Amino acid sequence: MIGKSMRFWIVRFLTIVGILLGMFFLSKIITDNLDSYYYQILIQCGIFITLAVSLNLINGITGQFSIGHAGFYAVGAYVGASWTLLWQPRFLHSAPFLQMGTTFGDAINLVIALVLGVLAAAMAGFVVGLPSLRLRGDYLAIVTLGFGEVIRIVVLNIDEVGGARGLSGIPTLVSTGGMAVFWVFLLVIAVVVLSKNLLQSVRGLTWLAVREDEIAADAMGVNTTKVKVTAFVIGSAFAGAAGVLYAHFFTGISPDVFDMNTSIVITTMVVLGGTGSVTGAILAATLLTSLPEMLRFLKDYRMVIYSLSLIIMMLTRPQGLFGTKEIGWKSFHRRRRTSAGGSAAA
Amino acid sequence: MLTISNLTVFYGAIQALDSISLEVNQGEIVTMIGANGAGKSTTIRSISGLVRPRSGEIIFEGKPIQELPAHEIVKIGIGQSPEGRRVFANMTVRENLELGAYTRLQKKVEVSSDIEKMFTLFPRLKERERQSAGTLSGGEQQMLAIGRALMTRPRLLLLDEPSLGLAPFLVQSIFQIIRDINRQGVTVLLVEQNANQALRIANRGYVLETGNVVLAESAENLLKNDDVRKAYLGE
Repeated sequence: MIGKSMRFWIVRFLTIVGILLGMFFLSKIITDNLDSYYYQILIQCGIFITLAVSLNLINGITGQFSIGHAGFYAVGAYVGASWTLLWQPRFLHSAPFLQMGTTFGDAINLVIALVLGVLAAAMAGFVVGLPSLRLRGDYLAIVTLGFGEVIRIVVLNIDEVGGARGLSGIPTLVSTGGMAVFWVFLLVIAVVVLSKNLLQSVRGLTWLAVREDEIAADAMGVNTTKVKVTAFVIGSAFAGAAGVLYAHFFTGISPDVFDMNTSIVITTMVVLGGTGSVTGAILAATLLTSLPEMLRFLKDYRMVIYSLSLIIMMLTRPQGLFGTKEIGWKSFHRRRRTSAGGSAAA
Repeated sequence: MLTISNLTVFYGAIQALDSISLEVNQGEIVTMIGANGAGKSTTIRSISGLVRPRSGEIIFEGKPIQELPAHEIVKIGIGQSPEGRRVFANMTVRENLELGAYTRLQKKVEVSSDIEKMFTLFPRLKERERQSAGTLSGGEQQMLAIGRALMTRPRLLLLDEPSLGLAPFLVQSIFQIIRDINRQGVTVLLVEQNANQALRIANRGYVLETGNVVLAESAENLLKNDDVRKAYLGE
């Protein structure tokens, strides 16, 4: 007989395999049929969704207003690109499994780049988060903004990674076999599932408690410093992953891709979507990434209309497009509210 | 149970507590009364670890706790309802209570029976179980704040101004509830502006003035004391 928990894991495993296969074929179809211009926009949307949803973990769910997200995005991009462009060819070029150019070799190298990029960004998040999260509100915002810039300036001054010229000719690992969209999908799903699961868990409740009232959370025995730093590290790690994919799709990176403007765009996505709302962040990221492209027919007036639409959105819905609500799994969400009590009563 | 000796606290350059000492024994209700700025809330915050004292000792059940962070202090059995209630406004009443017990949420049966106890103590909260806490009235929020603090299963409960901003008839019932909680074996340290009510339910009282304890007596004697009557009971 198969035990209950065993069956649970089998079902879960099969679900994951099914989703992966589905995504794989979907990616294939998209790659084969989509115009490369739209394809690029799609990739960019995915990357910005990851950035916005990961920043939402920090800004929205834990309520720590950070506006230096591009810094961690940069760390991921640079460390990932350093692996494929500098370290792997220099030190491990003869390793049999790490040959680039084959589908398998590319995938392995990309995974290694992702792991390194994520670790580095998480570490940067920890180093930046630990001291700055003692601050609140506007002070925290200023410090994170500053740290984001510090990271960019540090990169700007490391000659090994090209300084102001940046790195170019990064191998397009994610494009082999039409896999770019697949990897981006994977990342987006990972960050969204993590956020959703968090919101339905006890741990998520303590994160929300920190947002609601830090002193009260403290008084309930929540280790608020730990919660804030954890949120910051996880958010930074996902930004790092997004950076790795960016570097390996667009094949060129330079410090100005990760400047303050990028940080502010990501923050705008979170606020516009409705601070705390995962679905809001997804929608706003998609909108803000594709809108400038969709408005190209307006020629010179493009950015004027873009800015105006932002202003109108903020004026008409100051709480963000979604407020703190979620769509899609609404019934699911409602079930959490009751099941939090229901399961406790069981 | 709790012994504070020579506790001195500064906020920047401003001295909030000047070497105060006080004691709370097992099973008592002890109240601190005094004007605004006398240092009542600062004392509570020092005990609960939200403020670091400059010098002095806080001993709880034989162990010094003045260096412990706030979340550790909850775990050793000191619960608190902070000043101004501070309920989690966007969470439901039930979620607020669950957060009080968050360190032991795995024990679902135990937590849920504790929540039921809170609903027996505060029937109004039962009616509002699925409502978000921000929509409750001031009195109900105060009940929730006390309930949430009790969910941490404290042996010592710190209450900071529980009657603040409540309608008079609610004040009565809040004090009645505090007395009930105490009868169930929870020691209470109560900070109150409403000295009259506080002294009526307390065993002992401390009168604080500008960071000093100026009087420490049984509540009964304090209620009879002429200076106290003039200064704090409005007679």
